[in-house]
Amino acid sequence: MARALCANCKAERAVIKRPKNHAKLCKVCFIQVFEDEVHHTITSSKLFYPGEKVAIGASGGKDSTVLASVLKTLNERHGYGLDLVLLSIDEGIKGYRDDSLDTVKRNAVQYNMPLKIVGYDELYGWTMDQVVETIGKKGNCTYCGVFRRQALDRGAKMLGIKHVVTGHNADDVAETVLMNLLRGDLARLSRSTSIVTGDSRSEVKRSKPLKYSYEKEIVLYAHHKKLDYFSTECIYSPEAFRGSARALVKQLERVRPTAILDIVRSGEDVARLVPGEEPSSCACSGQKGAAGLVDDDVGGCGSQNGRTPGGEMAAMDKQLRDNEASEGLEIDVVKTMVEGNAARGEKRDLPIRAGNTSKGAPRQVLGNCKRCGYMSSQEICQACMLLEGLNKNRAKIQI
Amino acid sequence: MGTTDNGNTIDITVDFSGGLEMLFGNQRRHSVSLPAVDSSGKPTNMTFLIDYLCTHLMKDPRVDLFVLDKHIRPGILVLINDADWELEGEETYELQPRDNILFVSTLHGG
Repeated sequence: MARALCANCKAERAVIKRPKNHAKLCKVCFIQVFEDEVHHTITSSKLFYPGEKVAIGASGGKDSTVLASVLKTLNERHGYGLDLVLLSIDEGIKGYRDDSLDTVKRNAVQYNMPLKIVGYDELYGWTMDQVVETIGKKGNCTYCGVFRRQALDRGAKMLGIKHVVTGHNADDVAETVLMNLLRGDLARLSRSTSIVTGDSRSEVKRSKPLKYSYEKEIVLYAHHKKLDYFSTECIYSPEAFRGSARALVKQLERVRPTAILDIVRSGEDVARLVPGEEPSSCACSGQKGAAGLVDDDVGGCGSQNGRTPGGEMAAMDKQLRDNEASEGLEIDVVKTMVEGNAARGEKRDLPIRAGNTSKGAPRQVLGNCKRCGYMSSQEICQACMLLEGLNKNRAKIQI
Repeated sequence: MGTTDNGNTIDITVDFSGGLEMLFGNQRRHSVSLPAVDSSGKPTNMTFLIDYLCTHLMKDPRVDLFVLDKHIRPGILVLINDADWELEGEETYELQPRDNILFVSTLHGG
């Protein structure tokens, strides 16, 4: 059978057909292109500043392993000057985390990076095994998810690090967009598409450098670079709804591979329509008027080089004012016109059903949890609420 | 060469990774001997192999984690001698002696 040649070097045999554009590439060119695209995402979104300490949320799985490998490569190739650390969470699930933590320990040696493992037991006084013992298998994912979100931030704080990167890929973002669309939760939908989350008020910034990378290419990158990763499935109940969204995304990809990035971009465009949510697409994604948005972008990228803390506070204030301004609209979604400087500020009301907005766009004012001091939009943060319930149950059981 | 036995069988290796090995006795690499032609006399292709794997090699009853609606489940990548099978004709690819076929799942977490 005639072998297709690489569309790039035209010398080697093609081994990859790229989902985003059907380009056929050889192994060497594919690895180069994959890395170049992540570099492009990083530079165009200004994710890092020189000398920044960055923790890589590492699970031992394909995504975080590829992220660690690519960041190490790019940091050296392009002189980012980053101080990279692996940060792993031990949920305390016997027979699930042990093997993947072993993988992370090997990665730490392979990539010559320090590794910090933080356990739910030391952070919360509960392992997930104990949580499941108390509340059963149903609904335990909620606990695990809430705890994990804070665990990475708290682990980073222990290390004196203000930026955590995670291995979320384009498929993950597409799934989340669909899930939030199906739930009617536009506010969360728009937040989930941001490449950077956590704003100037939060102590730890999160970002997703692989946001535009296909899961297929991540797996192929790991395969062709012979990376050491571990695949596992949580032994407790799988997230059924995400599973359905996942299956849907994969089926769409089979019929139309570009669908995944298209869903991500649709999510970004919806984000522009939601009051108080900043647009977050790759700065060069060719959106008309994107340059005009950059000037009065409310920020959210806490570590953007050269941005002063005062500017961040001003941006936060502006965002709060914008939230208040849009509160009066209640049932309307406001789109800031971005066709040009002259048109900026002009608003167009897009009426949508009230039932959706009341649920979908809650006004959020950030403060700190009264119990643990962690950033929260409620008086008591979600983790402390869950812990309160758990601790009551433990008391009951002990009696 | 001599990898075919009287021209009647083809010996290949089949690898599973990304969590799929769990469905095949937790074993990553398998040596598989297939008839060179199927029951209708056509050269053995990927469709034949996938069916063979389900009926002979799979140790897990959850066949739908591997095959869905008679096709490889979306989200499982197939590499034929390290090349994406989309470049090789997918299910119509005719197996050659000493081929290496890799099934790798993208569906499992870390």
